[in-house]
Amino acid sequence: MKVRVYVSLKNGVLDPQGRAIHHAIEGLGIHGVNDVRAGKMIELEVDPSVTDGQLEEMASKLLANMVIENYRIERLAA
Amino acid sequence: MSFRSAVITFPGSNCDRDMADALEKISGAAPHRVWHGDAELPERLDFIALPGGFSYGDYLRSGAMAARSPIMQAVIAAANKGVPVLGVCNGFQVLTESGLLPGALLRNAGMNFVCREVRLSVSNNQSLFTSGYDAGEEILIPVAHHDGNYFADDATLDRIEGEGRVAFRYAEQVNGSARDIAGVLNAAGNVLGMMPHPERMIEREQGGTDGRALFESAIKALADA
Repeated sequence: MKVRVYVSLKNGVLDPQGRAIHHAIEGLGIHGVNDVRAGKMIELEVDPSVTDGQLEEMASKLLANMVIENYRIERLAA
Repeated sequence: MSFRSAVITFPGSNCDRDMADALEKISGAAPHRVWHGDAELPERLDFIALPGGFSYGDYLRSGAMAARSPIMQAVIAAANKGVPVLGVCNGFQVLTESGLLPGALLRNAGMNFVCREVRLSVSNNQSLFTSGYDAGEEILIPVAHHDGNYFADDATLDRIEGEGRVAFRYAEQVNGSARDIAGVLNAAGNVLGMMPHPERMIEREQGGTDGRALFESAIKALADA
C-alpha cells in the first residue's frame, strides 16, 4: 500500500526557498501568484500491517521536524 | 591529568580533523575518534565534540539522519549525565535535531551559502564553554554554512534569553537568525551548539586565535571541578 506524507513549513516560519520560487514565477511573466511555500512529499510503500499510529510516529519523529514543520498523511488505495 | 575528549565522525563530516587538531593542540591530549555507527563512547569522557560538515549528505534535513545514528543515543545519554558536548555547525544542527537543544536551523535568509569571518558578541560568559571570554566581548570567528538561520517560537526564544542560554550572538547580519542567535546552551549548561567554527581560529596562522578561549574554558572547568 502506498502512503504519502506531505511535509510543509509551519505558518510564520520564513521560507526563503518559496520566496525565491515566487520571484522566478514572476520572471516567467505570470502574474497573480500571491505567495509560494515549498515543502516536500515523501512516498512510502508499506505493508497493510503498518498502523496509523506507526505512520504518525514516523512522521512526527523523523519525516517532519515539529519545531518548524507540519505533516499530513495520505493513504492511497492499493 | 589528561583531558579525555572524543570527536564523532559521521559520513559526510568534514571538520572532524580540524576539531581533533584543535582539541589536541589546546588540551595536549589527542581526542578519541568515534565513528557514527559505534554504539558506545569511550569511558570517562570529559568532552564530546560534534564537528561540522554535511552528515549523510544533509538528506531529509541538515543533521536529521545523524541525530538518529547509533552513537547519538550514547551522546544523548552522556549529555544528560552532564558531560560537556560541543556541536559546531552541522554539529549544532545535529543537537537541535536530537532534541538536546531547542529550536531548528533553517536555510539562510539570503538563500546563499555564507563562508566568511564574522563578528560575534559573547552574551553569556558564565558557562563552562565561555568563562574565558569577557561579557559582551566581540570576537572574530569564521562561519561556513547554508542552514544557519536559527529559529524557535517566541515563547522559546524568550525563555532561553531569560535563562541566559544565548552564548553568542552575531554582531552583524549573517543568516537571518532569530534575535541574532549564533550559539545556544541547554538548560544545564553542559551542551553548546553554535554555527561559527571556533576550531578554525586557534592559531595565528589561521588568521586569529579568538576560538581558543572556548576550548581553554572547558579544560579549565574540568581542572577546577
